Amino acid sequence: MKHLPAYFTFWHILGHYSLKWTAYLVLAFLMLPIVIIVPLSFNAEPYFTFTDGMLALDPAAYSTRWYQAIFSDANWLLSIKNSFLIGALAATLSTVLGTIAAVGLSSPVMPFKRLITALLLSPMIVPLIIIAAGMFFFYTRFNLVGSYAGLVIAHAALGVPFVIITVTATLSGFDRSLYNAGISMGASPVKVFWDVVIPLIRPGVISGGLFAFVTSFDEVVLVLFLAGPEQRTIPRQMFSGLREQINPTILAVATLLILISIALLVTLEILRRRSERMRGTEF
Amino acid sequence: MDVGRRPGARERRDGTTNGGIGTMPLDANGAFLSFRNVKKSYDQKTLVVKDFNLDVQKGEFITLLGPSGSGKSTVLMMLAGFEGVTSGDIVIAGQSVTRTAPYRRNIGMVFQNYALFPHMTIAENLAYPLRVRKMNKAAVKDRVNEYLRLIEMGSFGGRYPGQLSGGQRQRVALARALIFEPSLILMDEPLGALDKKLREQMQYEITRLHEQLGFTVIYVTHDQTEALTMSSRIAVFNDGVVQQCAAPAQLYERPSNAFVADFIGENNFIPGKVDRIEGGKARVTVAGGGTITADAAEGLKAGADCVLSIRPEKLFIKPTSHAYDNELVAEHVTHHYVGDFIRFYFRVAEGTEITIKVLNDLAAPDLKAGDKASLVWLAKDCIAFPA
Ligand SMILES: Nc1ncnc2c1ncn2[C@@H]1O[C@H](COP(=O)(O)OP(=O)(O)OP(=O)(O)O)[C@@H](O)[C@H]1O
Ligand SMILES: [Mg+2]
Repeated sequence: MKHLPAYFTFWHILGHYSLKWTAYLVLAFLMLPIVIIVPLSFNAEPYFTFTDGMLALDPAAYSTRWYQAIFSDANWLLSIKNSFLIGALAATLSTVLGTIAAVGLSSPVMPFKRLITALLLSPMIVPLIIIAAGMFFFYTRFNLVGSYAGLVIAHAALGVPFVIITVTATLSGFDRSLYNAGISMGASPVKVFWDVVIPLIRPGVISGGLFAFVTSFDEVVLVLFLAGPEQRTIPRQMFSGLREQINPTILAVATLLILISIALLVTLEILRRRSERMRGTEF
Repeated sequence: MDVGRRPGARERRDGTTNGGIGTMPLDANGAFLSFRNVKKSYDQKTLVVKDFNLDVQKGEFITLLGPSGSGKSTVLMMLAGFEGVTSGDIVIAGQSVTRTAPYRRNIGMVFQNYALFPHMTIAENLAYPLRVRKMNKAAVKDRVNEYLRLIEMGSFGGRYPGQLSGGQRQRVALARALIFEPSLILMDEPLGALDKKLREQMQYEITRLHEQLGFTVIYVTHDQTEALTMSSRIAVFNDGVVQQCAAPAQLYERPSNAFVADFIGENNFIPGKVDRIEGGKARVTVAGGGTITADAAEGLKAGADCVLSIRPEKLFIKPTSHAYDNELVAEHVTHHYVGDFIRFYFRVAEGTEITIKVLNDLAAPDLKAGDKASLVWLAKDCIAFPA
């Protein structure tokens, strides 16, 4: 209690500790369902509960059989391949489009800035199910339903707002006189863009791209509407797995996904620090 | 420092710079750069620059000086091509540039916040304009080293801008604007972000490079001392119009109107009425009753109101060994001890105070508040402007 101010009354102290413990409880409530998955995915038995052996920490009660199951099941392998393929293509597409949009929107001479920004960001706000339904009817006309191209475009549309937001944020710290300096030295606007603007906003571009990738990676509503059996992704496969073959394979996949998310988060954090350092050196 | 080598003053190296502007014949009137009736409006309603005219000779150091918001940066931006010209023409070496893209103008620019590329080393920053011009690698390397030596930062090539001090960054920015040998360099308050000492050092540096390399400079500053010490000519700007463009000494000694007289340096103003004008000299009756002889400024009319301007250092307190034509009795108000000089304040008439700078030597008078003293000065140090 020595760190509490001396003037604290009983009620202050009570408030302090209840706030502290409520915060811990909320954190546990959020984290437990995720954390519990990890040990369960090593269950030797096909159950979703801890067996007596697991609780006794008996090595025989643990196994990696569900991980092996993932990699020997053609459906899972296809969905993993699809998730990465669609995620990567959609992220690339939204990174390119989103960066261009952000650069255009940051120009002082751009008309209707607010309106266009609102339109481009709308996929983040409009309920997914409405987007999915709309896309379904629209894509049918172009034979895009049940095709890779359809899913990539749909997911790219969902990813663009993230790229716009992150790139706009880095651009707001971009000193326009750097651009003018490049021009005054004889470089064309396109050359200055590649040599000066892109390297300086790169952290924002990459983190936007990662957000776009994650968005595609765990998206299931659009996939349910637009994907055929050939385009099943990991979330789609988990969704059907939950209903058809109840066994801890899903938990093993979930554990792998958690690992991937952590890796992405770490990457984002490293990028953020890097961009801060870059800005620190600007003046 | 090897002063014998003068990279810019020798012949332009073949193929390494785009000769375009630099090798063109000069204007008919000999000017290298001319602004002709240039006007600029940002909102299509008010003119920020009203009818700007200026002829600049090759190798001149021109400073634009004026109050904040008078349109100095706007003029530079139009010259660099970052802002369009509303009407009028800008001519460099006989060619109008108003329709030339900014990156084809071959004008070097130094920015107030340095604008060094933070992700490139100093050497890469310096090499950038050369790489853009497709100069070969070995030549780029030589030139970069040459300019690093020129700014006396030979060993700093591998550092990043973030690792330099403000003055060093400004030197790099200067070298980067010079390295592609543009014939014209623009600087918009390049030393504004530096402290006084560093600023003086950089002023010296810029002057040295200007003399050594012989480029033409258009310089913008708020700092009068800077303008007076560095420039070949100063254009005093007010309200979008050039009030006077002249060499520093002439601007200081012979201001052409009351704005310039007031804006440049310190000045005393005494209101009066013109009795008569003859041979460029005006006889003026001042408020206190005395009659003063002064140089008549342009537009001064007999019988009209006028203001007399006299610099504080041109006034003397009687008894003095200095020659004088004019004498005025005034009441001593107070004085401030500054160190190398003493600043005396006198009241001539109600509402008219004048300041005198007196050298702090044995002859400095010992006055008390309320004492009457005779102030004297030469007619040629005093100008009568129309009020
Ligand atoms: N991009 C712009 N859009 C609209 N008005 C502008 C713009 N840039 C400058 N102005 C206006 O033009 C006028 C002149 O501005 P300018 O920047 O040329 O002044 P300045 O002489 O450089 O001032 P300072 O000494 O403060 O730098 C100002 O009244 C300013 O408000
Ligand atoms: Mg300015």
